[in-house]
Amino acid sequence: MNNIFKKTAVASLIGAGVLTAGIANADEHPIKLGLLLPYSGTYTALGEAITNGLKLAIEQQDGHLGGRDVEFVELDSEANPSKAPQNMSRLVKGDNVDFVIGPVHSGVAMGMLRVAKQTGAITIIPNAGLGAATNELCMPNVFRTSFSMWQNSYPMGKVAYDQGHRKVVTITWDYAGGKEDIAGFEQAFTEAGGEIVEQILVPFPSTEFQSYLTQIASLKPDAVYTFFAGGGGVSFVRDYAASGLKESIPLLGSGFLTEGNAKALDGAGEGVQTTLHYAETIESEANRDFVEAYNNAYGELPDTYAVQGYDTGMMLAQAMYAVKGNTEDKEALIEALSRVHLNSPRGPMTFSDSHHPIQNVYLREIRDGKHNVVDLAYEQLEVPDDACQL
Amino acid sequence: MDLAFFGVQLLNGLQYGLLLFLIASGLTLIFGIMGIINLAHGAMYMIGAYLVYDLTMRLGNFWLAIVIAIPIAIVLGLIIERLFLDTLYKRDHLYQVLLTFGLILVLNEAQRIIWGGDVHSVPVPAPFDASLQLTDNLQYSVYRLFVMGVCLALAGAIYWVIRHTRLGIIIRAGAVNRDMVEGLGINVRTLFTLIFSVGVALTAFAGMIAAPLTSIAPGMGDSILITCFVVVVIGGIGSIKGAFWGAILIGMAETFGSVLIPSLASMVIYLIMAAVLLVKPRGLFA
Repeated sequence: MNNIFKKTAVASLIGAGVLTAGIANADEHPIKLGLLLPYSGTYTALGEAITNGLKLAIEQQDGHLGGRDVEFVELDSEANPSKAPQNMSRLVKGDNVDFVIGPVHSGVAMGMLRVAKQTGAITIIPNAGLGAATNELCMPNVFRTSFSMWQNSYPMGKVAYDQGHRKVVTITWDYAGGKEDIAGFEQAFTEAGGEIVEQILVPFPSTEFQSYLTQIASLKPDAVYTFFAGGGGVSFVRDYAASGLKESIPLLGSGFLTEGNAKALDGAGEGVQTTLHYAETIESEANRDFVEAYNNAYGELPDTYAVQGYDTGMMLAQAMYAVKGNTEDKEALIEALSRVHLNSPRGPMTFSDSHHPIQNVYLREIRDGKHNVVDLAYEQLEVPDDACQL
Repeated sequence: MDLAFFGVQLLNGLQYGLLLFLIASGLTLIFGIMGIINLAHGAMYMIGAYLVYDLTMRLGNFWLAIVIAIPIAIVLGLIIERLFLDTLYKRDHLYQVLLTFGLILVLNEAQRIIWGGDVHSVPVPAPFDASLQLTDNLQYSVYRLFVMGVCLALAGAIYWVIRHTRLGIIIRAGAVNRDMVEGLGINVRTLFTLIFSVGVALTAFAGMIAAPLTSIAPGMGDSILITCFVVVVIGGIGSIKGAFWGAILIGMAETFGSVLIPSLASMVIYLIMAAVLLVKPRGLFA
């Protein structure tokens, strides 16, 4: 996180340059990666984790993609949707980047995708989970290496029913991301035969939860399913534990409820079960290597956001290798990107016809401050993006 | 909603309202007496929370952290007033608004440089880290009761200073007619420095005492700012009494509004503000 002030950083030119000279033309421009991520505000930590993961992946390619040097252009999105089109245009037209990587915030994604449509800029979404990005807004030049809200919450509906819960209260912020998330849960849970007793929508971004907890206590459901993220997630889990409700009503959630916040939860998250496409405790060689490399590079354990950044880098590496560093033929490049097959820290990962990851979703439980994998909640789940079959 | 849960919601509304009062009191003081719309109010609330988080981690004691953090907040207020605001009093209000808006950016950036982007929390301190059983499945943190007590005590103290001391007379007079107070030979410059520092300290203290009840995250002050302005406008600009009743009203409205009319939850405080301003355009206690 010490490189946040550098707007532009040229990755190491030494070392590997000699080895890869055979593939690329020596005087070819470096590949420009435009990063449109939040480096200030609520989502700062996410933007930084994605950047760290991405840079780690590029460093593991000796700082090259398809034999060409790599130049990063970092632009603070401020998680501000109204600035998104202008920021995206600046990267695409002003800086002439080859790829845009971003954003974190779904509102920013909407603004960015408008420009992506006009310019055809190849855009890789390393977080923002709005379903429409790879469905209604369907574009061949848009990929995601993250998830959609539905993909992470849908498996929990079945899990909750199988655990014996029949009446569930759902609670989230009153905004698109939250509503898409609980919709996935509610779909699977009611399909299985369960009943949603109450759907509570909290004004965004309020973290004043006392009145809702009192309401939940009076409704006495079998379980509560929730989506909050960042500071809101920490507040909700701590308030839920402090209210004593956790003793009688299990708390289930989207993985983002607790992701990256284990320390801040300070014990309040113990026993909380969530579903997500990653957990730091996944037992695989790919994950162990990644966790070790990330820890060595940045002195902290990676979270999902770091993995999403890392996989973005690995995806670029694989596709750029396939096209031998040629970014002129966009069609071939897009084709190469859609054929990427990663042995990711999160497990096997390929791309659907809508350019959405097909990936595992894990059931995780917090024990001793870590997300332990309890079970595979859904193996290689493909999101049914009906409106987008590229 | 049966009677027991109605009672719990009353308690929730009261607790939230009292905390809102504490956060808004500094804003109304500065607004009323100095005529300055301090947009950086929320950022100062955030700084208070981060200060107490940092010091609690270093010292291992929440109470000691508060004792050290309060003087830091006062000095911060002093510096901002003397170095920046002092040069702008003679200028148009817009300059002060611009300055305090700039302060939001500076304080948010300072927060990020010093403490980073991660979410933090402060554990509930002893001896209040217990809970009371309210209903068969619902507990209530004793610390919340303690916070209510502190807010009430501070409300009483501020009220007493303003009603029953010489300083209070000057403050009240200053809120009504600043030029006349100056004409009577009172050093308004010193008064302004004092008010601004106390206002900042009150706001930061609200952040400190709320820290164990919330999550400490970048931008945490931004959302509280709007609610504070609503409280101050409803109560009447510059009125401590108004801020108190305005805060209780908003606390109750948000608590009951969110449960009884969830579709209007995000609008309810603004509807109340609009209704109050229709009947009393200058606020309840102006």
